[in-house]
Amino acid sequence: MEAKEIWERLEEKFSGRVHGFKGDVFDPYLHVEPQAAVEVCRYLRDDPGLKFEVLSDLTALDWPKEEKIQLVYHLYSYTHRHQIVLKADLPREAPVIFTMEEIWKAANWMEREVFDLFGVVFDGHSDLRRILLPEDWVGHPLRKDYVEQEEYDGISTQRAPLVEKLLR
Amino acid sequence: MSAMNEATAGEGAAFQTEDMIINVGPQHPSTHGVLRFVVRTDGEVIRSALPDVGYLHRSIEKIGEKVTWHGFVPYTDRADYLAAMFANQGFCMAAEKLGGIEVPRRAEFCRVIACELNRIASHLISVGTFGQDIGAITPFLHALRERETINNLMEEICGARLTYNYIRIGGVGYDITQETCGRIGAFLDHFELIVDEYNRLLSYNKIFVERLVQVAPISLEDAFQYNIVGPNLRACGLRWDIRRDIPYSLYPELDFDVPVGTGEKGILGDCYDRYMVRILEMQESCKILRQSLRMMPKGPAIAKVPRKFKPPAGEAYIRIESARGDMGFYVVSDGSEYAYRVRFRTGSFTAMGLVEKLSRGIMVADLIALIASLDVDAPEIDR
Repeated sequence: MEAKEIWERLEEKFSGRVHGFKGDVFDPYLHVEPQAAVEVCRYLRDDPGLKFEVLSDLTALDWPKEEKIQLVYHLYSYTHRHQIVLKADLPREAPVIFTMEEIWKAANWMEREVFDLFGVVFDGHSDLRRILLPEDWVGHPLRKDYVEQEEYDGISTQRAPLVEKLLR
Repeated sequence: MSAMNEATAGEGAAFQTEDMIINVGPQHPSTHGVLRFVVRTDGEVIRSALPDVGYLHRSIEKIGEKVTWHGFVPYTDRADYLAAMFANQGFCMAAEKLGGIEVPRRAEFCRVIACELNRIASHLISVGTFGQDIGAITPFLHALRERETINNLMEEICGARLTYNYIRIGGVGYDITQETCGRIGAFLDHFELIVDEYNRLLSYNKIFVERLVQVAPISLEDAFQYNIVGPNLRACGLRWDIRRDIPYSLYPELDFDVPVGTGEKGILGDCYDRYMVRILEMQESCKILRQSLRMMPKGPAIAKVPRKFKPPAGEAYIRIESARGDMGFYVVSDGSEYAYRVRFRTGSFTAMGLVEKLSRGIMVADLIALIASLDVDAPEIDR
């Protein structure tokens, strides 16, 4: 199914809670209200005409100027061989969204990664811990304003500039 | 149990067992890199194995935001050092998609040849270490011997043996010469027979087969739920290969089969199927290589790309079939010299998410077989 048809079906079913469809880009995407994301995804997975069996990818984008963190869901259907991209905008100060774990189990690890690197909290997640960084790491590195902590566990994370080293 | 407890406890209580926590890794040779599992066992039976990843996290995605588009290509090698060519290709394809760059036909052939050679090398490691993990050292040495030849060929093609930096935005770094093509052909003549040797040595070895059949089967439903990709997905019986089903590069012009698991020795989707799919895939790669060597036209090996490459603002998602399956590259540009966001989606990461579920109720020794069969690669998990 073409992305435009998917969008039309969604718009009809969830009018007001999905918006901002963009079909003239490489990978057509649409925006979904964070509160409605789980419901929309369940429909996308279960509807026999859509059948998005897999959550290919879940990641986020940080837009400090617009004060938002944007979650990006790449969905794919093996049955119908079509794909769609969903985006959900969250406030940058306190980004919270409901977990997709009950729709796709793969979301468990992907959401942990987004939590780890962006600080997005997934409500209802079964095991929301850091996954790539140590538990006691400070900050979320993929945010644009991230400042690396100076030392971790007594080990410096800084490196003296090469020139200074040579002059010494 | 002390005598006093024994006296007070009931008859049945004397046979009660206690769960034991065992730490596997992070420096265990069978974990293929730096991987750690916290295993809760009841005797020999695993109650659960919790994977603990992140030991090899090098923040490649953050680096992608700090260096130029061209400058990031060498970093992509490090995402998966057993199959570096695919990350090269994926990132470059994503950049080309954004920038609207046409890749010369000869360069596409160079890419296909380099990638398929790399696929064979990666599968050789997978198959070889599989035997080693189960306790057979000899097949590993046989596999590495062949891989050595591929490494030599790669060195000839691009000057590096592991981290290639061969595929560039717009084409490839160096053309493949006629002499190298000849040597690749000679290697194929030799290697196609060697696959048979592996089958006699390992694939149909009774002990090896017994260790793998019916161990940790993955159902197709689980594969979808957990987003299992690549050879692991095909082992579940789904004939799905990005090269064939979402075609990219020159793969639509090339003729090859997509091997799937059949459950020939045990049940569909067990460790043996996952092993066998990789053996068969190596033969398919040989087919692709032969065709590419024959069809390669003359021409330039790289398109003209400005040194200050600034793709227009926008985003692109690319899927390629790496040795570990569907590798996704999501790049966002804001029109500047640096990428706004680079994201790698890798097959090993999602496969590790399934380990906890698969490990329930299997034996401790089978956990090693399971990890080997998934062919997870620690650097690719952690990036």
